[in-house]
Amino acid sequence: MSRKLLLENAHIEGIRTYEVYRKHGGYRSVEKALKTMTPDELVEEVKKSGLRGRGGAGFPTGMKWSFLAKPEGVPRYLCCNADESEPGTFKDRYLMEFIPHLLIEGMIVSSFALGCNTSYIYIRGEYRWVVRILEKAIAEAYANGWLGQNILGTGYSLDLYVTPGAGAYICGEETALIESLEGKRGNPRMKPPFPAVKGLWQSPTVVNNVESIAAVVPIVNDGGEEYAKIGVGRSTGTKLISACGNINKPGVYEIEMGISVEEFIYSDQYCGGIPKGKRLKACVPGGSSVPILPADLLLKTANGDQRLMTYESLADGGFVSGSMLGSGGFIVYDEDQCIVRNTWTFARFYHHESCGQCSPCREGTGWLEKVLNRLEHGQGRMHDIDLLVDVAKKIEGNTICPLGDAAAWPVAAAVRHFRDEFEWHVREPQKSLTHSFGIKGELVPSTTAGIETAVAHH
Amino acid sequence: MTPTSNEFRFSEAALAEIADLRTRFPEGKHKSALLRTLHLAQEENGGWLSVPAMDRVAEVLDLKPIEVYEVATFYTMYNLKPVGKYLLEVCRTGPCYACGSHRIVAHLEEKLGIHDGETTPDGMFTLKTVECLGACGYAPMMQVGEFFHEFLDEAKIDQFIADCRAGKIDVGTWRQSRFAQ
Repeated sequence: MSRKLLLENAHIEGIRTYEVYRKHGGYRSVEKALKTMTPDELVEEVKKSGLRGRGGAGFPTGMKWSFLAKPEGVPRYLCCNADESEPGTFKDRYLMEFIPHLLIEGMIVSSFALGCNTSYIYIRGEYRWVVRILEKAIAEAYANGWLGQNILGTGYSLDLYVTPGAGAYICGEETALIESLEGKRGNPRMKPPFPAVKGLWQSPTVVNNVESIAAVVPIVNDGGEEYAKIGVGRSTGTKLISACGNINKPGVYEIEMGISVEEFIYSDQYCGGIPKGKRLKACVPGGSSVPILPADLLLKTANGDQRLMTYESLADGGFVSGSMLGSGGFIVYDEDQCIVRNTWTFARFYHHESCGQCSPCREGTGWLEKVLNRLEHGQGRMHDIDLLVDVAKKIEGNTICPLGDAAAWPVAAAVRHFRDEFEWHVREPQKSLTHSFGIKGELVPSTTAGIETAVAHH
Repeated sequence: MTPTSNEFRFSEAALAEIADLRTRFPEGKHKSALLRTLHLAQEENGGWLSVPAMDRVAEVLDLKPIEVYEVATFYTMYNLKPVGKYLLEVCRTGPCYACGSHRIVAHLEEKLGIHDGETTPDGMFTLKTVECLGACGYAPMMQVGEFFHEFLDEAKIDQFIADCRAGKIDVGTWRQSRFAQ
């Protein structure tokens, strides 16, 4: 049985309330940190844990913390990134909804470590009921002396607020999040300066994902070294994976880093396999931005090694034959799913969500959507397939923020691994029309396309 | 539900809440309260942001109207045109699509006799397809007001529409609980 560090207590009745959370050991890390540790010791502990950013990029959290500038007389800010919007990802919502005090506890300890006296949780506006859950928990934390002035008599003071967004994927990018928190359009900023030097209101700022901040609690309680004992290599600790698509048991799972992808998909402890005995066709293992992998490359690397649920193993083979752990948004496709259609919905997503600042992204995502729409709806031409690759290449690396890359990668990977299916859409336009969106009466899944490609990849 | 007049006024409760929101940010940084204030304005303006509503937001937050317009036009949750009493926001992104969200949209279109983006003539329902709402494991899904409705199928949609017509569906509020009473 896999160890759980974050969701162990998430299903205890009443755990959303302060009393029950506290009774099960809640807020111990705040007592330990504020009373027995210095901020520098806390940063060291997080470094020792090997914790890597859980939002998608996987940058070491302790190192990010150590970059925070500390000029005299200037306030510093911690912003929790709860703008979870990467298609396939719904783990942070789960954590906040079921065990909100864990995030608040992590925010207090992390804010103390960074020397922040005001911190914000920036949450996507669509999670409206979660805003309510968090604000209730924050009020309880204030009432019980864990927030406010002179916490536990230590002289440390912290105010914590929830600030909802209003519908924009781009605000999950840290500088766009900061802009949005300042009450502006979510346009990412040029870096440098990095937020660690000039962030919220031009003050030094750290932006961390919900899961990263929650993970600080067990790291402080048990020590960074204990945390680092779980996992494989540089992928330490546990990871929340939100599993969805064509699986028997969709949901959020906390895994020990290092279990195999095959176990995760087929074990009854996790996804429980593919419904109706269908075959696994493909998977996007880390949120819509990461490359899609066909079944054979998903379960084994190009060298024939078993693929593991770690940052390194999922990335093995680079973008030629690998993918990324990303945000942990694990999307599974069965043999009946149409890759062209799926890629089109992703391209439409990125076009919709591009902030419009950089021409390659603003125009490029539009072209990707347009060309994929054409292919999906039976009007594609054979050279459209290479056109997609060409447009994707011209976006990648040419934008202020990573949204451009995030839009380009899934398209490039879909063509790389499923070119035959794209060609099939050009050769058999009438057949690809039968599963088209919005055409009434003929809404059948793309069975033929699915099986042809599944066969080609087995 | 859609006000016909050009007037917009916040309720006293909303004004109290906006005053509280301003205290959450440092002196002079009250623009940070804008996004949430716009949510409150939209709620009190029948679900959409008219120009008078946005102008009132600018007034209560001591901002220039253009600062409010540029934000209101950026974020997808702000409706710049009138919407029905129930705004049905159906997710259309990959994972939901893989679980049949297109069938949910088609069913709603047929049942309500409207297309994506349109409102029923009685002003009850607006259908809007939206991008990923973070409920991929519970697909297909839609958001109506504050709440998510998940694992949808045709029968559940039929029941939901009937419940809306019977006034049984709670759409929630942006008000904080301590001001809601």
